[in-house]
Amino acid sequence: MTIAVAPGVVAGMMRADPGADAPTHSTDLSSFVAEGPGGTRHMDLAVENITCAACIDDIEGGLADLDGIVGARLNLTTHRLAVEWQPGRLDPADILARLQRIGYRAHPFEAGRAEVEEARQSRTLLTALAVAGFAAMNVMLLSVSVWSGNATDITPETRDFFHWISALIALPAAAFAGQPFFRSALAAIRRGRLNMDVPISLGVLLALGLSVVETINHAEHAYFDSAVMLLFFLLLGRTMEHAMRRRTRAVAGNLAALRAPTAQRLDGGSVTVVPTRALVTGDRILVGAGDRIAVDGLIEDGRSEIDESLITGETDRRSVGPGDRVHAGCLNHMGSLTVRVTAADGATLLDEIERLLERAGAVRAGYVRLADRVARAYAPVVHLTALATLAGWLLAGIGLHDAVVIAITVLIITCPCALALAVPAVQVAAAGRLFRAGVLLNAGDALERLATVDTVVFDKTGTLTLPDPQPVNSHEVPADLLAVARRLALSSRHPLARGLQAIGPEAIPYEGVAEQPGAGVSALVDGEMLRLGSLAFCGAEALAPAPRASDGQGDPTASLIAVQKGERRAVLRIHQMLRPDAEETVTRLRRMGLSVQILSGDRSSAVAPIARRLGVEAWRGDLTPAGKIAAIEGLKREGRSVVMVGDGLNDAPALAAAAASLSPVTAVDLAQAAADAVFLGDRLGPVAETIAVGRRARRLMRENLGFALAYNLVAVPVAIAGHATPLVAALAMSGSSLVVTLNALRLSRRPAAAAASSAPRAAAEIRS
Amino acid sequence: MNVLVFLVPLALGLGLAGLAAFVWSLRGGQYDDMEGAAVRMLSDDDLRAR
Repeated sequence: MTIAVAPGVVAGMMRADPGADAPTHSTDLSSFVAEGPGGTRHMDLAVENITCAACIDDIEGGLADLDGIVGARLNLTTHRLAVEWQPGRLDPADILARLQRIGYRAHPFEAGRAEVEEARQSRTLLTALAVAGFAAMNVMLLSVSVWSGNATDITPETRDFFHWISALIALPAAAFAGQPFFRSALAAIRRGRLNMDVPISLGVLLALGLSVVETINHAEHAYFDSAVMLLFFLLLGRTMEHAMRRRTRAVAGNLAALRAPTAQRLDGGSVTVVPTRALVTGDRILVGAGDRIAVDGLIEDGRSEIDESLITGETDRRSVGPGDRVHAGCLNHMGSLTVRVTAADGATLLDEIERLLERAGAVRAGYVRLADRVARAYAPVVHLTALATLAGWLLAGIGLHDAVVIAITVLIITCPCALALAVPAVQVAAAGRLFRAGVLLNAGDALERLATVDTVVFDKTGTLTLPDPQPVNSHEVPADLLAVARRLALSSRHPLARGLQAIGPEAIPYEGVAEQPGAGVSALVDGEMLRLGSLAFCGAEALAPAPRASDGQGDPTASLIAVQKGERRAVLRIHQMLRPDAEETVTRLRRMGLSVQILSGDRSSAVAPIARRLGVEAWRGDLTPAGKIAAIEGLKREGRSVVMVGDGLNDAPALAAAAASLSPVTAVDLAQAAADAVFLGDRLGPVAETIAVGRRARRLMRENLGFALAYNLVAVPVAIAGHATPLVAALAMSGSSLVVTLNALRLSRRPAAAAASSAPRAAAEIRS
Repeated sequence: MNVLVFLVPLALGLGLAGLAAFVWSLRGGQYDDMEGAAVRMLSDDDLRAR
């Protein structure tokens, strides 16, 4: 059977379904299409390769010509395209085809529920911030008048008037803008805990209450400005934190869509491409050579070899035939398979992994964040101090009203504005810095945990090595032949072709490429026959090199593929390769005082040469997922704090069990979900960078917390003595917040040498 | 002093108008794509329409 790839028939599905020209094939995108306004249809797409502003014109202009398009708008921040069209006049697959023709690969996209929820929260936060900002500015304006008036000749009537207007602004503003804090504080109290929001909420409410009472009593001072300014500063910090998280989540969401989990469903005689989640138990799916099996199932028809390295770490392939069970995530190497989808019956490997994950996750939940630890100690002390102040002044006999006023000013002035900003400000700065270096942070407290690790444990397959096998002798192949091979590889689904595929602007597949399963791909371009495939397919048997062991990569197990252009031929040796900077990174990690180990599910004979090359003495092979957890538990018992770096399904429990964990972006979903951070690109450098940033972040957090506490130590005696005026409170609060924030920003400053080389590449990855 | 009685509310009204404008633009999705907004002014979409 020869499958020809017709250019742009169902582009975008290109890789998943290059045989889409057969009349029985169709693409079912209906689960991504939503009803738009006015009877139109709406679809969101994640678009690859958006590099510059001109892409907006290219894409929106290119789609505007399509018949039936109502509107297309590209979001340059999230790299998402929203398309609307008239139903009936246009098939959604045509949109993907047009995008493919103008050079952009797009994938249908559906925002996860978490993302929709975050978008809503972000609007609420911004509105609250605007209201608090408006109130803070206006109340401050009035307060400055009162303060200067108090020093000169303001009349009591004018002062009361100003205080009442301040109350009119501050009370509704605080009721609206303070909600995020009040809610969180209430939730904490209900669970019988204390968090930073409890003293904040108490401070705000008491400041407002006291001010209203004082205003009624025609007093000289009111604290409306303190309350709203506190809210404004804290909301500012929270909004920044939120924006950072949203940006990370958007990139992660796009990456998930680019990996487009689709499957070919057999409906009677026809084949439909459907999203994996639309499959139900009992469906039959067709898995072509080079496809990843999307679901667990039983093979009904066909024989093949499958690569289970993402699941077990084992790089040897397993022969399978009818009746054999296959797991989601396996890579089908040879022939096409018909698989009947089975439900998870509790006995699959995935279930076993999930059970292990659940147990391992409970271990990490024991970690208490730095900020929460401080809050737990801080809040009772503050509240007791206020009580003691009240009692002390009552004993001194100054009367109930004055004693209460002084006790409340103690609470207001100790309100942990700087304390509450100390940690989030550092987290935002660190997350931004890591984002630029190509690391997406999953968990906010991951930085603190990363800072404490002393042992780095690597998985081998896909983590220390590149996920796709690479050509090892590309320098021996003429450049034009290599370029042909790279472009032809784009049209092939064979796993060996994946590491060869061209990237960048020249990554345009040839037109009219035919794939011969088990042999290779070929195309006739400008009268010249171009081929990429087995030696026999290209007539290059004579060129097969004798296995050599001298060049360090020359493993006799390397696979050979040939490329042909006209009458010229060359042979490429394809092999699992270490990530380009693996050795450098391991050395850097050692210099940072970390010990490096390898725990692999692959056979020991495959792990040994890698460990030797990296100079890692502590390594183990042939480990089951449970074995990996046991190994990590063992390290923990030795008193070590471990960061696990892994990508496979078999690593997921170990990722969750370790004190901190990282995954490359090519990892399986379950591993990515269990990891604290995901790094992009081919390089391993981000691992060392992440730990380094984590350490600096922790140091800055401690500095900030220390500063905030020191400030309170100075301010509290003033308040206890009864000398804290609203002016003092306002100055101290904004001053300390600024210092803490500026200190955190030091983290965004690029240190002299670090990350200079990896950053541009990683930035390009994020953009694509 | 009487001048304050209408000047202060006037100032507040102006501030509130600004706040309302911000909330309106936020609801309209004008802050969803900060990078795109910065470069859209350079595009020749008016020429494309012809």
